[in-house]
Amino acid sequence: MATLTATPTPAGGPRLLRVLRGTLYTTAVLFFCLLAASPFLVMGVVTFQTDQDLYRRGASPFDYEDMPTLEHLDNLFNDTRYLSFVRNSTVTGIAVVVVTLVLSLPAAWALARLTGRWGERAGMLMFIVYLVPPTLLFIPLFRIIVQLGLRDNLLSLILVYPSISVPFSTWLLMGFFKSIPPELEEAALVDGFTRYEAFWRVVLPLARPGIISVVVFTFTLTLHEFIYSLVFISASEVRTLSTGVPTELIRGDVFFWQPLLASALLVAIPVGLVYNLFLDRLVQGFTLGAVKG
Amino acid sequence: MNAIMSRWIDDSRLMGIVFLAPATLYIVLLVGLPFVTALLFSVSTATVGDASFNYVGLRNFANVWQTPAFRDALVNTFSFTVVAQICTIILANILAQLLTTPLPQRRSGRIGMWIARMLLILPWATPLSLSVVGWLWMFDSKYSPIDYIFRELALLGPGTVWGPANNLIWLGKPLLAKASIIFVHVWRMTPLATVILMAGLSSIPTDLLDQAEVDGSRYFRTLFQVKLPLIMPIMLISLLFGFIFTFGDLTVVYILTRGGPITHTLTLPMYSFLVGIDGGNLAQGAAVSLFIFPVLLLVAVVLLRTASRAEIR
Repeated sequence: MATLTATPTPAGGPRLLRVLRGTLYTTAVLFFCLLAASPFLVMGVVTFQTDQDLYRRGASPFDYEDMPTLEHLDNLFNDTRYLSFVRNSTVTGIAVVVVTLVLSLPAAWALARLTGRWGERAGMLMFIVYLVPPTLLFIPLFRIIVQLGLRDNLLSLILVYPSISVPFSTWLLMGFFKSIPPELEEAALVDGFTRYEAFWRVVLPLARPGIISVVVFTFTLTLHEFIYSLVFISASEVRTLSTGVPTELIRGDVFFWQPLLASALLVAIPVGLVYNLFLDRLVQGFTLGAVKG
Repeated sequence: MNAIMSRWIDDSRLMGIVFLAPATLYIVLLVGLPFVTALLFSVSTATVGDASFNYVGLRNFANVWQTPAFRDALVNTFSFTVVAQICTIILANILAQLLTTPLPQRRSGRIGMWIARMLLILPWATPLSLSVVGWLWMFDSKYSPIDYIFRELALLGPGTVWGPANNLIWLGKPLLAKASIIFVHVWRMTPLATVILMAGLSSIPTDLLDQAEVDGSRYFRTLFQVKLPLIMPIMLISLLFGFIFTFGDLTVVYILTRGGPITHTLTLPMYSFLVGIDGGNLAQGAAVSLFIFPVLLLVAVVLLRTASRAEIR
């Protein structure tokens, strides 16, 4: 029964009201979907349009008058560095996820077990570090990267991105670790485990939803990040997706709209699918990490 | 000997230090150090070519403060952020209510819901710079699909309300450009805010809602007097996220308008980039972006305090 009320309509109740509510519900959801997906729907249409079709003034931008063409997709994969952007982004993302987990899992555990005011302050401090915006740090970090000789090197991004993901992940994981009773660890110690083994074998498996949230969050962050990538990397073969696409496919005032929009859509769909699969876990992660943290 | 060693290794306090050290060291080196450097830059004459340290006191801040462009950037950053947060939190609340409504257990309903969820998540899942390129096309001065819809609805074009021009030229007019940027921020923040609110809603104990139902509380009464007060702490956290992302964001403005027309959509991050990187004046660039930090700090402390207080009650 698609009702909007918490009180269910009794069986055989006013049927018209029920249908009306159902329609209202569907309309509302459809409206939001359309709003959220509109640029992607347009991207899907434009990708296959010929230049003539795209630049026909007054014609419907949602429709084909010429035969749809695969020319622009072909162009994107063979004549641009799109695939190398995808590779660079993936490599960076995976490396940053690993670094983030290695740094934030132990730190979060240590902070979660610091009881009282200290632990609370440390959590607050982590969150405040997360607030230091890249816009503030990119100027000094740029100099550090140049001095380390890491300009135009993916290592620069792998080195710097955890500065955003570690504070947040630590803060989120603290909530998870707090929800795991210390008695479980004590029991493991009684069973002859060392503390390190107890952490590895007992605590980490229990924190899996939190770890998954952190992985998804961190990977997204590296995909989305724009400023550091724009400032640290100027060689086009090392560029990541977020900066490579807007800089390589827009030359001066010339916009290659079809490959541009196609490249955005091709990233959006797989990432959207992964997000959808992990949404429930993410919700669970936020509940434990943010609500009780 | 071995026993002493293992007791040492097993000491929980030592373990805490060992576990905390790498992350702390990393944050000190990659956040603390650059932050201090930014502070030093802002009171020096550092440029891209020459980063030698000449102390000039607060002169950079004074210079920046007197620039009309900076004032515009300051006002825009605040107004964009505040308006975008208000819109986001309203939309996200409605959406979270819709998505947590129990649905008929029909197969078609579940598939439909899955597709809806997928579409709703897309703005958050896509790298921002790529989806903003999509919006750049949506707001195109000649071929905007939005303008096309308005023309079809007879709202735009010769002899109509918004006519006689055939295009609104979204990013070319001050007010429309501002609205476009706020819209993109709302569009992009709503999914995350919704997910956070849904997390809050799902953590409400069901017996509380059952009790409200038994007591004869109707939908809106339950919503405003039970659900919303209970998810207030998490709503504040979602607001905080939105505030941070919008206030410090460069991507949307950089790709859509670069601050134009003139300085009508200039924000602090964009101005800092133009001065510090494009203009090569590291000192003034750092001074501009330093204005961001105290604001974020203040908002974070106030919202987190309110959130933890609301939780106790």
